[in-house]
Amino acid sequence: MASTGVLAILVAGVLVGPLLWPVPIDEIDFSARLATPSADHPFGTDDLGQDLLARMMYGGRISLAVGFAAMLVATVVGTVIGAIAGMSRRYLDPVLMWVTDLFLSLPQLPLLLLVIYLFRDELKAVFGVEGGVFIMIVVVIGGLRWMPVARLVRAQFLSLREKEFVEAVRAMGASRWRLVVRHILPNAIGPVIVAGTIEVSAAIIAESTLSFLGLGFPPDIPTWGRLLFDAKDHLDVAPHWALFPGAAIFLTVLSINFIGDGLRDAFDPRRVM
Amino acid sequence: MATYLLRRFLIAIPSLLGISLVLFTVLALAPGDPFEELATNPNVPPEVRTALRAKFGIDDPVMVRYLRWLAAMAQGDWGFSFASRIDVDQLILQRVPVTLFVIGSSQILALAIALPIGIYAAMRPYSVFDQIANTLAFVGFSLPTFFTGLLFILLFSIQLDWLPFVYRSDISAEGWRWYWEHLRQAIMPIMVLGFFQAASYTRYVRSSVLDVARLDYVTTARAKGLDERTVTLRHVSRNALIPVVTLVALQMPAVFGGAIVTEQIFRVPGIGSLLISAMLANDTPVIMAVTFVFACLVVLFNLIADLLYGWLDPRISFG
Repeated sequence: MASTGVLAILVAGVLVGPLLWPVPIDEIDFSARLATPSADHPFGTDDLGQDLLARMMYGGRISLAVGFAAMLVATVVGTVIGAIAGMSRRYLDPVLMWVTDLFLSLPQLPLLLLVIYLFRDELKAVFGVEGGVFIMIVVVIGGLRWMPVARLVRAQFLSLREKEFVEAVRAMGASRWRLVVRHILPNAIGPVIVAGTIEVSAAIIAESTLSFLGLGFPPDIPTWGRLLFDAKDHLDVAPHWALFPGAAIFLTVLSINFIGDGLRDAFDPRRVM
Repeated sequence: MATYLLRRFLIAIPSLLGISLVLFTVLALAPGDPFEELATNPNVPPEVRTALRAKFGIDDPVMVRYLRWLAAMAQGDWGFSFASRIDVDQLILQRVPVTLFVIGSSQILALAIALPIGIYAAMRPYSVFDQIANTLAFVGFSLPTFFTGLLFILLFSIQLDWLPFVYRSDISAEGWRWYWEHLRQAIMPIMVLGFFQAASYTRYVRSSVLDVARLDYVTTARAKGLDERTVTLRHVSRNALIPVVTLVALQMPAVFGGAIVTEQIFRVPGIGSLLISAMLANDTPVIMAVTFVFACLVVLFNLIADLLYGWLDPRISFG
């Protein structure tokens, strides 16, 4: 419960915060370079004197949006593949599971970096700097993280499709599509929600990692990982610059993980002891 | 056992091929033509351009190019680094030992933390110790490695001034001092990676021990009058560790991801930092080769896990 509160505060702060703290994120003020937190700048400033609170609220929107969008991509792809594998009674299932295992053994971060390195310029030209990088990061992170969901959905489908109520629906003449969408999927959704929650935090960490390595969003889009990347060379004089975005990532990820754990307990009736 | 080994080995080959296919597809789909500069340069006559394209086989069908690339990779012909001006395979061979040293030590550290804590917590579920261990494990794997790395530098290098935060390969000291200096600079990268992995391993160990501890044969062992220590260590742990081996192997891709970040923070001269610097320098041959090496390492560790699995659980190798 506390974690839901923390997450709600973070989301609200990121969404509403810029209205209450209307300081531009790129206002350069050399008289306040690397200032420690004060009344003028609650989170201090960076090496160009830009206000960190404003930058964090702006960047946080993107970090959180990437997390949720990538989760949606991963969950949808995973559910579709898992459902197809779970419903097929012939060769499709082993083939899809082989692909899933193959993707599970891919080194994700190197591959993520590789794809971004190769496709960055092309997408920027089509969708603009911000949109292009956003779409690419979401698709790539989501596209490399659907495997756990797919395995989960398949396992659910394998057991559900043999149940009596499915038999009954089939006997009533329901089409395959209706059977899957109206009857099996709703029963399989619980574990998918739990896995999806964990995907959000994994995607937020993945995006921050990319930005931290200097290969994610460009410098004028201060996501939390990008702020850490810029801050890491000034640790000795301005530790606050790294501590605030780092703590924001940590709190977000921790509260999402706790929520996922709570949901798992709620969905799983066989608790130990 | 021999047939089991052979079978696992044969299964590893298609997955390596699959990974190489994925990598090549990404490369082939990527926009940008290596001959773009030639095409726009008016001094290069078109016939020279087409001759060059034919020589390097740019216009061949994708399948032919894939097979040629695969053959070159298999023969150790990995190309030439634009930035470092040496062969890619030599460059990687110089860097791999450091990465393996850091990753190996951090895995040992992670298991040394996770095994005792996980087993102890699971034998007393929902006790105070279990709750604390659980909470710490949650905090541990919610802390991304790049943030712990920065926190460690802030604490141990800047505040306390105990450890150096830049990894140097050219230490001038000799004898014991040389080893000591090397150890000292490796402490922080190993701790960052080790703690992160220890957190998730603790949860695996705990849940796996919990599953086993409820089985009937454990009750039998207790009923025989064996003391709790023997039951835990000899009867429960041995069986509980079998699934943990698989989970550790499944974590390998994440471990290499963490290694890239840690190497970048502490400037460890391993293949992870090589990958990042190659990307910033647009050094495509190095990027492809390092990604492929990472993939091979993942497959290799999965293979080792399979072998360990067969050794730990005789039922599997005879199955």
